[in-house]
Amino acid sequence: MVTTQKNIFIFFMVLISALLLIPDTIYGDNGKKEALIQAPPPPFSEDIFPCTECHSEMEPNPERRVLEDMHDDIILKHDEKNRWCLDCHDLKNRDKLHLANGKLIDFTESYKLCGQCHGPKLREWKNGVHGKRTGYWNGKKKYLLCAHCHNPHSPKFKKMKPDPAPDDPMKGRK
Amino acid sequence: MNMSNNKIKEKKESRRTFLKKTALASTFATLAACGSDTSWDEFFQKNFKTLENDDKNKIIERLEKKYTEKYGKKFTVSGKDPIDDTLFGYGLDISRCIGCRKCVYACVEENNQSRDPQIHWITVLEMAKDKGVDLFHSNSDYDRELVPDDDHFYFPVACQQCENPPCTKVCPVEATWKEKDGIVVVDYNWCIGCRLCMAACPYGARHFNWSEPDIPKDEVNPETHYYGNRPRYKGVVEKCTFCVQRVREGLYPSCVEICPVGARKFGNLLDPDSEIRYILKHKRVLVLKEELNTQPKFYYFY
Repeated sequence: MVTTQKNIFIFFMVLISALLLIPDTIYGDNGKKEALIQAPPPPFSEDIFPCTECHSEMEPNPERRVLEDMHDDIILKHDEKNRWCLDCHDLKNRDKLHLANGKLIDFTESYKLCGQCHGPKLREWKNGVHGKRTGYWNGKKKYLLCAHCHNPHSPKFKKMKPDPAPDDPMKGRK
Repeated sequence: MNMSNNKIKEKKESRRTFLKKTALASTFATLAACGSDTSWDEFFQKNFKTLENDDKNKIIERLEKKYTEKYGKKFTVSGKDPIDDTLFGYGLDISRCIGCRKCVYACVEENNQSRDPQIHWITVLEMAKDKGVDLFHSNSDYDRELVPDDDHFYFPVACQQCENPPCTKVCPVEATWKEKDGIVVVDYNWCIGCRLCMAACPYGARHFNWSEPDIPKDEVNPETHYYGNRPRYKGVVEKCTFCVQRVREGLYPSCVEICPVGARKFGNLLDPDSEIRYILKHKRVLVLKEELNTQPKFYYFY
């Protein structure tokens, strides 16, 4: 009897410590804990990250302006009349993004930033309706971050060439 | 009197012999017509669903050997039964599908569809935005430089895995039926190719092998299921099985994995926490040809 109780105690201790180790979970609307986010790394341009590699030696300039010498390949098409770089990128810590309340977040959590404006989309993403999940329908799933499908600077999904139309059913019989 | 009796007897005997000979000859003729690659075991194989596990395993072993020899690749043919407490449902977001047809060709490769003559289990229909879901004015042959077209939306159709399937009811030999997990399957070895099921299906989801399927050896997928993507025969009907070989292992169907916009959703309808149940609860859902009471488990939503 005593050993059973001891076993149960150990089991729960292991369970609790295991739960404490889980880093970042997302919760669906039903409050049920969803599988862990296993998104691939954010889709940076080549050799662009960490940003501090260049920016640590530069004087930060908080003035809103059009960039000319660097990052001029980025054409902002995302509420560009009201937004610019430092609304999302942080002035002081270049390797981070910041939320509207100033809280710094990693690029891996960028969905929190997107969700500030796109609340319903974030909700649907958490519930597996918006966005893409791959892996197991009854187990571990792989998520994609918003930025994997939507370029944050120009988020509209780009058109593509469709795969070939099906053969004419009369092919070879004409 | 005696003599005439004898005569009759003689006559009877000769008639019997004649029938025997005819029966024997026609049996050989049938066997010969079946082609040289049909073994006795294959010819006398019973309806797969009626068999015990031992017999099923023997058939699977025979098929694995045959496919491995034919395609020069190690084949596995699974006979895996449905997972308990599972009823599969599929969701497709028509507001997000862009009509790129990636799913069509991912399906062809996963499920070993014939390349020529071409069989596609998924047909993507292009529909005008100002007409709405209108099958009569839809077009499956669209060929555009870029998709999605601004004036159109896209509506992929495959087997709707009906809860009340008309196709299985018309099969005269019970070669097609609905499994416990809701997938409508075909026993390709039992199918007689009468195509009644194709006539009964209101979705055009069943396809006929007019000739021996043509699958390039280097593209053939050797991970198969008896009811799913194993190479078919000439003269049998085939259809989408929600990738039975994948979903019974817990994986998503191939079309879900490939969709570049994540418009395709899949899960267990009996699990209240599944993605598909969330969609049924929170989104605007429609099924195709609802008035026919086929009760599809393929839900279009937006």
